[in-house]
Amino acid sequence: MSAINLKANEVQIREVRLGSITGFAGKASELVGCARKGKLGDRGRSFTQCLGCSTSNAACTVILIQDGAVISHGPVGCSSCFHEFAFTYLVNGGNRGLDAPTQRRIFSTNLGERETVYGGNQILADSIREVYARTKAKAIFIVTTCASGIIGDDVSGVADEAEAELGVPIVPIFCEGFRSKIWTSGFDAGYHGIARKLIKPPVDKQPDLVNIVNFWGADIFTELFGRLGLRPNYLTPYSTVDQIAHSSEAVATIQICATLGSYYGAALEQMYGVPEIKVSAPYGIAQTDRWFRELGRMTGKEKEVEVLLAEERERYLPRIAELREKLKGKKAHVTAGASHGHALIAILRELGLEVRGASIFHHDPLYDNGAVSADALQNTVQDYGEVPRYSVCNKQEFELVNVLNRERPDILLARHGGMTLWGGKLGIPSLLIGDEHFGMGYKGLVNYGEKILDTIENDEFVKNLARHAINPYSSWWLDQAPDAFMKRCE
Amino acid sequence: MSGGLIEQARYTCAIGAMQTVVAIPKALPILHSGPGCGTMVAGFFERATGYAGGSTAPCTNFSEAEVVFGGEERLKEVIEGSYSVLDSDLQVVLTGCTADIVGDDTARIVREFRDRGKPIVHAETAGFKSSNYVSHSVVVNAIVDQFVGSPEPGTDKVDGLVNVFATVPYQDPFWKGNLSELKRLLGGIGLKVNILFGQESGGVGEWKSIPSASFNVLISSWYGLEIVEHLKEKYGQPYFRFPYIPIGGNETTRFLRELSAFAELDPVKVEAFIKREEEAFYLEIQSLASFLLEFRYGLPAWTQILHDSSYVLGMSKFLLHEVGIVPKELFVTDGVPEQYQAEIRDLLDATSEKKKFSLSFEPDAGKAQEMIRASSHNGRGLLIGSGWEKALAREKGMDYLSAANPSPVRLVLTTGYLGYRGGLRLVEDIYDRVLATYS
Repeated sequence: MSAINLKANEVQIREVRLGSITGFAGKASELVGCARKGKLGDRGRSFTQCLGCSTSNAACTVILIQDGAVISHGPVGCSSCFHEFAFTYLVNGGNRGLDAPTQRRIFSTNLGERETVYGGNQILADSIREVYARTKAKAIFIVTTCASGIIGDDVSGVADEAEAELGVPIVPIFCEGFRSKIWTSGFDAGYHGIARKLIKPPVDKQPDLVNIVNFWGADIFTELFGRLGLRPNYLTPYSTVDQIAHSSEAVATIQICATLGSYYGAALEQMYGVPEIKVSAPYGIAQTDRWFRELGRMTGKEKEVEVLLAEERERYLPRIAELREKLKGKKAHVTAGASHGHALIAILRELGLEVRGASIFHHDPLYDNGAVSADALQNTVQDYGEVPRYSVCNKQEFELVNVLNRERPDILLARHGGMTLWGGKLGIPSLLIGDEHFGMGYKGLVNYGEKILDTIENDEFVKNLARHAINPYSSWWLDQAPDAFMKRCE
Repeated sequence: MSGGLIEQARYTCAIGAMQTVVAIPKALPILHSGPGCGTMVAGFFERATGYAGGSTAPCTNFSEAEVVFGGEERLKEVIEGSYSVLDSDLQVVLTGCTADIVGDDTARIVREFRDRGKPIVHAETAGFKSSNYVSHSVVVNAIVDQFVGSPEPGTDKVDGLVNVFATVPYQDPFWKGNLSELKRLLGGIGLKVNILFGQESGGVGEWKSIPSASFNVLISSWYGLEIVEHLKEKYGQPYFRFPYIPIGGNETTRFLRELSAFAELDPVKVEAFIKREEEAFYLEIQSLASFLLEFRYGLPAWTQILHDSSYVLGMSKFLLHEVGIVPKELFVTDGVPEQYQAEIRDLLDATSEKKKFSLSFEPDAGKAQEMIRASSHNGRGLLIGSGWEKALAREKGMDYLSAANPSPVRLVLTTGYLGYRGGLRLVEDIYDRVLATYS
């Protein structure tokens, strides 16, 4: 179990804290086995393509906080994709009861050559004050960048000084891209900053309040939890600074995607004794039953949970059976970040599809809570059996193209932008669902099953695309083994 | 360059010029940078992968080890791998902050590959050095110096052949359509065109013929000047510059007349082309005029624009004279260096003998939005800007056209606003959005 140390300015990166890796090719069970034995070796690559960046993922944890403002301390390009979060906020606000979602406040200190030579402390200090004057934000978050990290700006010192002057939390988040190959380290960095500066000790425990660490999926939990006499506390997108401060008063914390929320959950448990659920998220029937029963146990709602599960089964099992019949024997490939990828595998297997291969971006042997029972890949393999060609691909498109070209599945399920393109170009029906709640529980199986059927059925577009697509990949490469550029274990 | 706070940036940093490479058919950007730079660029422009940008672009993904020990070995590996894995006609290695701060000798490594006969080029594009408006020129000049090179001795200039530099690809959302119209217009007055970017270019072969052109054409209020100055020095090519995007009848005709005078083209042929084009343009405008003059349910009477300097000038002139929409507060968001600001101001002032316009050079678009929020004019207004302006337009009850980056709320493929046809398209787009507000 990783010890949460909130005295440190910076969170340790996942490679160090959890022993996470970005290169593996083999059977899923081997990966789980190695992880259990503490022998998880990482395989680097000699050829690589563009990765994601911790700074984006850190930004993702704070930009959607209703009453915050975000400063990227770096050259202007280090916040170039943040406008996408502003778009998301406006589009999905209605799902979370915001009638008039406000424009996101996203700033850059726009570091130039002068600051890179002489330091950017002053420009940051001035920026914080200007941002506060402009926004009157309840908290200002500073996300760092490669440039500010290498030149050694004293971001914590500048933030603390401004905080004392302005009287609102100024939250430094250390998420320089070069620090970690696993950009989900940015989530941890964001939650570390939040845990240090925003979460307050509990005043009144709220026995019906359950923290949900998630992205911006539709609100399904108000209804589900309502049946159990519980209330969801969604964190951190669409929450307020005050709501985050009181997350220590909840009865439990649940994860939608442990890759995302691992650090937040562990921090709340270790700091304020809020227990975190330690089974995998409710995707597929086996995990759904396990997860709801565990939630019932943690919140004293065992009976209510049994009623809920019975109702859900009665309502959805007949349709699930029909879908299984139609999808039986179809072959699927999954590409996604770690824990949501495992969730997608579970959904597909539950629906009777065959998952021959998966291209998953990284692998955490365990999450911050250290619980073996929370290992989503292990649970998926135990519940549904082997995934024979499981690779940890670090979002390397060339490896995915190679694998898809060989495997030619009936459907590609993706979770991250940019990955479905190659399914389409190869004529493989491809599906990306942005809403992480879409596949949850019994209803989620129906949702996915119907969507998959539709996608497989409506393949005219991808078939046509494949006939005309331009392919920059060499024929030599498509004949090599997908892990040809992976080095031996480091 | 020194920094300073920017809210809602409308451009990206120097490494954003990877899109300049993506815009050349079968060219491959190779990033020697931190892991997220390519994703940031892709996220800014959206739907801009081209042949091998986005997740396809090779990158050394600087880690702590390279920051401490240097990334030169990694770069070699990644370039070698790029040749095996991807087919490309030209490779451009772009450095990010990490590589340039730690001081990797990227030029030397790239030269080693070039010495082996590879068509590979290196450009310093650390994000702290400049915006992508500036680094576009850096990348083009690097390709000129390291790939195009000196012409074979005895190579003659081809009469009537011109190189066109009229846009920063992708940063200008309408670059494809604009270049296409420009190629048509220049062809129409009798010039042969190296358009260089996009599908209508001849790819790297066309780049090789840059030295043969008899002169260069630049359409820009400031960015790109370093390219034509460089070509003047390197190949002895003079250049013709038009300082904003010519949109619609008046300005496109002015552009073509000035250009043909510069090139000493046959005035009879040029005027015949202009006449045909103007007739087609004004036929449409005339059909539209009764709508503009008598539509009784409300049309925008004035506009506020946030865009780069070439567009602010071009759109203001067009909207005032050819559509009757009066420009009010205008915001130039591309970070214009001080030495070019006076000319832009003069060009705007020359738009009307009667009217004065409020012009602000404001890369901090959040601040520009505050000024718009505080402004007030009678009647219905049109806000032209990036995706960021959509919410502001709603708040102010204005009509809205997304025409600048970043914009997740508009899809642009091959639409252009330059020229006669571009002017008509701009009119269509504005009134299409206006009419869509009626049930």
